[in-house]
Amino acid sequence: MSLALHPTSKAFKANARAALKNETLQRAMGHLGFAQKRLEAVGRLPEFEALRDQARDIKNHTLQHLDFYLEHYEEKLRQSGGEVHWCRTPEEARQAILSICRSVGARTITKGKTMVAEEIALNPFLEANGVAPVETDLGEYIIQLRDEPPSHIIAPAIHVTKEQVADTFLEKHAAYGKTKLLSEPREMLEEARGILREKFLGADVGLTGANFLIAETGSSIIVTNEGNGDLTQLLPRVHIVLATPEKMVPTLEDVSTILRLLARSATGQEFSVYTTVSTGPKRPQDIDGPEQYHVVILDNGRTAMLGTAFQDMLRCIRCSACLNHCPVYNAIGGHAYGWVYPGPMGSVLTPGLIGVDQAGALPNASTFCGKCESVCPMKIPLPGMMRHWREREYEQRLSPPAQRWGLAAWAFAAKRPRLYRLLTGLAARVLGLWGRRHGNMHNLPLAGGWTQFRDFPAPEGKTFHQLWSERGQR
Amino acid sequence: MDNTGKRPRVGLFVTCLVDLIRPTVGFAAVKLLEDAGCIVEVPAAQVCCGQPAYNSGDRADARDVARAVIEAFEGFDYVVAPSGSCAGMIRLHYPELFAEDAAMMPRVHHLANRTHELVSFLVDVMGVKFVAARYDGTITYHDSCSGLREMGVKAQPRALLGTVAGLTIKELPGAETCCGFGGTFCVKYPEISNRMVGDKAKDVAGTGADTLLAGDLGCLMNMAGKFTRDGVDVKVRHVAEVLADMAGDVPPIGRAK
Ligand code: SF4
Repeated sequence: MSLALHPTSKAFKANARAALKNETLQRAMGHLGFAQKRLEAVGRLPEFEALRDQARDIKNHTLQHLDFYLEHYEEKLRQSGGEVHWCRTPEEARQAILSICRSVGARTITKGKTMVAEEIALNPFLEANGVAPVETDLGEYIIQLRDEPPSHIIAPAIHVTKEQVADTFLEKHAAYGKTKLLSEPREMLEEARGILREKFLGADVGLTGANFLIAETGSSIIVTNEGNGDLTQLLPRVHIVLATPEKMVPTLEDVSTILRLLARSATGQEFSVYTTVSTGPKRPQDIDGPEQYHVVILDNGRTAMLGTAFQDMLRCIRCSACLNHCPVYNAIGGHAYGWVYPGPMGSVLTPGLIGVDQAGALPNASTFCGKCESVCPMKIPLPGMMRHWREREYEQRLSPPAQRWGLAAWAFAAKRPRLYRLLTGLAARVLGLWGRRHGNMHNLPLAGGWTQFRDFPAPEGKTFHQLWSERGQR
Repeated sequence: MDNTGKRPRVGLFVTCLVDLIRPTVGFAAVKLLEDAGCIVEVPAAQVCCGQPAYNSGDRADARDVARAVIEAFEGFDYVVAPSGSCAGMIRLHYPELFAEDAAMMPRVHHLANRTHELVSFLVDVMGVKFVAARYDGTITYHDSCSGLREMGVKAQPRALLGTVAGLTIKELPGAETCCGFGGTFCVKYPEISNRMVGDKAKDVAGTGADTLLAGDLGCLMNMAGKFTRDGVDVKVRHVAEVLADMAGDVPPIGRAK
């Protein structure tokens, strides 16, 4: 199942409602411990705040001179024997990857974790074209078996319970002669590893994402915790990196600054277990490595965000801190957002990539509590940009009519203080009398959204301004 | 309080919710400000800060409403609101709202720079160290999002509450987690909002406190409404009512006399 092929962002409200009622999902989401771990990790690093400023400045500088750095990167990469494939659309990227696979007669392709591959719905495409994709990240592997999209950008199977994983393995691993229902995560990991090991050895092409591209050296970097990325890119004859232009960083030193923030913000680790730098194919003196090294750089609307109100979003390093800390994401999980990227970063990015007419509900589903911005290592003003999307939506008259009329009526009164006083005086009196007995109202016309779950506290009976003028203006 | 210096003239921004639902909070603010040595005035032309329109993407209406606020509050030494959300709107978002209007900018900044949330104003600007109030009970405190993250309101209410006679503070786990109000969010996405305020209700009940305080009426109404609906026996009040010793004047939010 690919959300990129079948977006359901338009049905966000219904999705969210279903997610709240889904007890299995709620159980799986119940112990997302990343936020607490991040807090502890940040507490141990006094310069964390200063690093955030530095990281923001590095990316802002890079984005300002992105063309220069991209060209420099390509030149360096060529020198090391690699090749860049520039792609504007998902279709171009899919074709570029397929033609590389075909050129070496590939039948299987191992994959490290990459959200960009989700964005271009790569797996179903490869399958349809006779190339079998094998996910090697454990979480990705689980959801591949279950035919589900990822629900989190670094923990793709966070919505799946341990018991569900056991059932899935029992069903799908029977083909490999594994027929025991497992109960311990350790055993499940071992079983998956055993099966994956064979696949690593048989793959013709290995595809990874990139956390960073380094202009100075023409390198790409991935950070992982399982080491699957290393096997994916070292064992097959061909290594394809699937990246996007905003992954660019000028120098290795810049990367080390940002890396100090990445794992701490993501999982609360000081550093991820593996940080792997690749620069070109295997050289004569290397003992291992791929014969071919390709970097597919997909734009898919990103450079069009440069110079707009949404440019800051291109600083995102996909750490997932904003998801982990978002009360809305934590309540409904990732699938409800209906496209590839969930949570606050998805609520800003998705309308940019698939259109605000499709994904307008996402930037609306925020209380603007500001928690995401406060933890974002790249200091991306996420709520501010969600508001910009609401502005676009309002300008294009896409917001729901009831909401627009309500707003228009409010604005009409709010601009006429005398009328406003008259109305509020009346409302305070009527509602005050109505709710006097209980101190609140159980039902209120036009306020079903409120009173469905909450009582409406009764007003005291007169407005402040009435009482203030009665007391004699001071 | 030392009143020998010039007494500052403060314009009280009542906020639309306090005006309509709970005027006592406004009078509590007036009392606290006067006790701190301020001369308080309430401009009659004020309505709302414009946030409902601003957060709905309607900049034109938001600007019109904001312009009226800017005019109404010209000439005060300070503008103070018993709400971190409305104060944050004026202080942080008005400059953004008028970014394309160079002619307005000096007036916008002039207002923005002297606008404060009530309790942080008392402590940080007026140097208030204690209040003359009594409240017999155990309270817990919810940090409303805008006050906390936009206006830096965190220690100030706790410092002043610590000087209220008879009052014990129990910290709320997840005090900095949003209660699910979010202005129009709570009616646009009632199920998600309900989940958030439901979680909050559990956390509050778990503290064993008999009273919940916070500094923003929107959040307070959301939580109080959930409490009465679900039978959570915790009283809900605006922090200013307790600090001004006016809790006896009105029943808790959402409760009958
Ligand atoms: S927006 Fe910020 S917090 Fe969210 S994933 Fe990107 S870098 Fe991380």
